[in-house]
Amino acid sequence: MRVIINGKEREIPENTNIPALIRLLNIKTPYLAIELNREIAKKSAWDNIFLKEGDKIEIVTFVGGG
Amino acid sequence: MEDLLEIGGKKFKSRLLVGTGKYETPELMLGAIKESGAEVVTVALRRINIEGQQRTILDYLSELNVTILPNTAACYTADEAIRTAMLAREMGLSNMIKLEVIGDKKTLFPDNEALIEAAKVLVKEGFIVLPYTTDDPVVAKKLEDIGCAAVMPLGAPIGSGLGIRNPYNIKIILETVKVPVIVDAGVGTASDAAIAMELGASGVLMNTGIAAAKNPVKMARAMKLAVEAGRLAYLAGRMPKRLYATASSPLTDLIE
Repeated sequence: MRVIINGKEREIPENTNIPALIRLLNIKTPYLAIELNREIAKKSAWDNIFLKEGDKIEIVTFVGGG
Repeated sequence: MEDLLEIGGKKFKSRLLVGTGKYETPELMLGAIKESGAEVVTVALRRINIEGQQRTILDYLSELNVTILPNTAACYTADEAIRTAMLAREMGLSNMIKLEVIGDKKTLFPDNEALIEAAKVLVKEGFIVLPYTTDDPVVAKKLEDIGCAAVMPLGAPIGSGLGIRNPYNIKIILETVKVPVIVDAGVGTASDAAIAMELGASGVLMNTGIAAAKNPVKMARAMKLAVEAGRLAYLAGRMPKRLYATASSPLTDLIE
């Protein structure tokens, strides 16, 4: 199925939850926050959040700034 | 008694707060932050680079014992700033937020109306809000009344290095609010930081002043010393300015 991650369309397997998505994208850092369709996906709920066709996901981290 | 900076119940020995942007390498950034002695360090929130290098700034900063102060830089509406702040808190490191709502691309001056609106929401949400504002005492008072933990008037536009362009307004803000006043933006060199502190500011926040120096590590040390010197001079209480001379040596018992 197709989802949009950080503005870019990607093909991911059915029944992908957030931890699986993180592994799939090969994201190693623990410093992450995630929005699913503009709602914050709380870390404590990640295991139970399964993505659906057309979902819009934002994966953010901290970068240098003033 | 130890002279500490207290923001939202957290106490800091250093009155210098530093940013993490614009460094050529992460190693240079770490070297400069260590030398600055800063205990509060600002970061920005952005999409993670999925394809590229994934060592994030926090993987570097984790070796320092500093408080992370996320910002809402590049937000132009209250909604964007609130959304960014919520995501920053979700990172699980800090409920402090350097609240920026920018009103103009060229000057990066804040949109104070949107800033106040966003500050109201974030204070209610339980954030320790540190708003970046113009050097306007009326706005500073409103931000304090809303419940912001500090106010952060600019010395000059972000990244301009023009110094404290309106010391009189900073002075009025210091007389107007009881929360800490942190001069944020505009500091270009050590004397600028000292001037802010001599006026009575509780602290100074800077990024480009250190990061864009030819030698950021040396400048970080200069800024640390300037903030300390300015603070001491403020606490010591400067002599009054006089138009004419008053001799320092005795005027009696002169040889003839």
